[in-house]
Amino acid sequence: MSETVIKLSDLPPAAPFVLHADDRAAMEHETHHYEDPRAATIEALKIVQHRHGWVPDGAVAAIGQVLGIPASDVEGVATFYNLIFRRPVGRHVIKLCDSVSCFLTGYDELKQAFIDKLGIELGQTTADGRFTLLPICCLGACDKGPVLMIGNDTHCDVAPEHIGPLLEQYQ
Amino acid sequence: MSALPYADTKPLTYRVNLADPPGLKAYEAQDGYAALRKAAKEQPGEVTKAVKDANLRGRGGAGFPTGVKWGLVPMGPDAPKQKYMVCNADEMEPGTFKDRLLMEGLPHQLVEAMIVSGYAVQATRGYIFLRGEYVLAAERLNKAIAEAAAAGYLGKNILGSGWDFELFVHTGAGRYICGEETALINSLEGRRANPRAKPPFPQIAGLWGKPTVVNNVETLCNVPHIVLRGGAWFQGLSQGKSKDSGTKLYGVSGRAKKTGCWELPFGTSAREILEEHAGGMKDGLKLKCWLPGGASTDFLMPQHLDLAMDFDTIARAGSRMGTGLLTVVDDKQNIVSVVRNLEEFFARESCGWCTPCRDGLPWTEKLLYALEQGKGRPGDIETLEQLTRFLGPGKTFCAHAPGAMEPLQSALKYFRAEFEAGIAKAPAQVAA
Repeated sequence: MSETVIKLSDLPPAAPFVLHADDRAAMEHETHHYEDPRAATIEALKIVQHRHGWVPDGAVAAIGQVLGIPASDVEGVATFYNLIFRRPVGRHVIKLCDSVSCFLTGYDELKQAFIDKLGIELGQTTADGRFTLLPICCLGACDKGPVLMIGNDTHCDVAPEHIGPLLEQYQ
Repeated sequence: MSALPYADTKPLTYRVNLADPPGLKAYEAQDGYAALRKAAKEQPGEVTKAVKDANLRGRGGAGFPTGVKWGLVPMGPDAPKQKYMVCNADEMEPGTFKDRLLMEGLPHQLVEAMIVSGYAVQATRGYIFLRGEYVLAAERLNKAIAEAAAAGYLGKNILGSGWDFELFVHTGAGRYICGEETALINSLEGRRANPRAKPPFPQIAGLWGKPTVVNNVETLCNVPHIVLRGGAWFQGLSQGKSKDSGTKLYGVSGRAKKTGCWELPFGTSAREILEEHAGGMKDGLKLKCWLPGGASTDFLMPQHLDLAMDFDTIARAGSRMGTGLLTVVDDKQNIVSVVRNLEEFFARESCGWCTPCRDGLPWTEKLLYALEQGKGRPGDIETLEQLTRFLGPGKTFCAHAPGAMEPLQSALKYFRAEFEAGIAKAPAQVAA
């Protein structure tokens, strides 16, 4: 296998990040809910993610400026929480509960069905950018397992044969 | 069966409507905000005393007496001006699905509970720390808060009491560790959710260094009922089944016939919960073992089913009641796989702050994975046993790793042969 060397200078420059005025206003509004603006960090990351689907590098520094805290602190928070994405994800993020009750009611079969259907492993995104498949901890609907979320929608009692029609709802 | 009216046997859930939760007017028509009206005419200390008299214990898993927790908050003119009432609505303990029901089905009850409890400790602000995935609960709670504020139940000089209180929903962004109360406080402050050293306890120095009370959703939802009906009434709710008082949201998940969540007298037996309410195991399956209240509780066996589901009884059997929602494991499951699944969860959710947890849990997971694949090595089981001690209570910064060890140590105790079966036979595979 030949080795390909990619020089940093060969890469196209990353698009500069511009914080949308509405997003800045929303972040500033959030800071009023707390004694310290830092507390709005998670909400600020969610605001960016809502618009862009993920949190680009430039947004980390921009949030730091709005909240008056170091970008490194924002990055520390962004990388800690699993619902904040620091890499691009698909248009629809599938979160598959892999905790004990869903494990007992068919998680393994369901996971395999998704892997076969989408042709990706957990943690990957389909080539067309439509779906990202992630594991997630207990979604608090254990009596109706296996459970998953697609975007903000929770789906219960999901069997492998359901996933074809289910995914059709998310284009 | 009891002849008591529904409101007196299932106070937490009799008004719950998941399809269309009661709005302000409907809630008010069913005793809603009556507890707040009563409390606002009393001294804050009377509310705390009522909660103490009721012997309300925390429903988040630890069972700490709520009134005692509140009693540690500095009160009076010399107390700090800012104080916080925080609701732990970060329900993420695997196998637990009770707080979702209370928040989605009756959001005003929690809002009223936060206000009444906030009044008891004279908090200035309240936060409901809600897990980010509970999108519907966030929407419904925010709507209830807006309605309550418009009705004068939140804001300045609430019901003429001279007391001001604001309430916010704060949604999280994942991570199980946020349910640990000091990690929750760090998360609420916009930091990584690492736990904090105790002491100081949050009641003295919590959120932004101010006195802070953190209580679970179900715990708080009991408070308005206690204020309205009194401690003796609350003690009677357990109908003599336990010395613990009140009702409890119990539930069953796993391969049982009718899995679900029910409000029952505190101390109802696990057998009644599983066999009467959940209809027993699915046809063709037998109960192998069960977790009494979440992933971080020790397994119990079928012979323990007649025990009362209360804190002390389950503790005497060598486990913890935890959140009180049973996860039933059927006889078709390999216990090593189930425990591997549990430890994979704990390893992934470790915050990484202290070494025994950060390194010990992935090690545990690796050993279990090898045993599951039949590739375990002689000594692996002894290493796992050693890990249950090295990651046990007192060895780590918080209760995450000790909790993780509970299902493992009990599985080793009850099902050792299944672990031994995972040790590879061929000597060639033993050589490193």
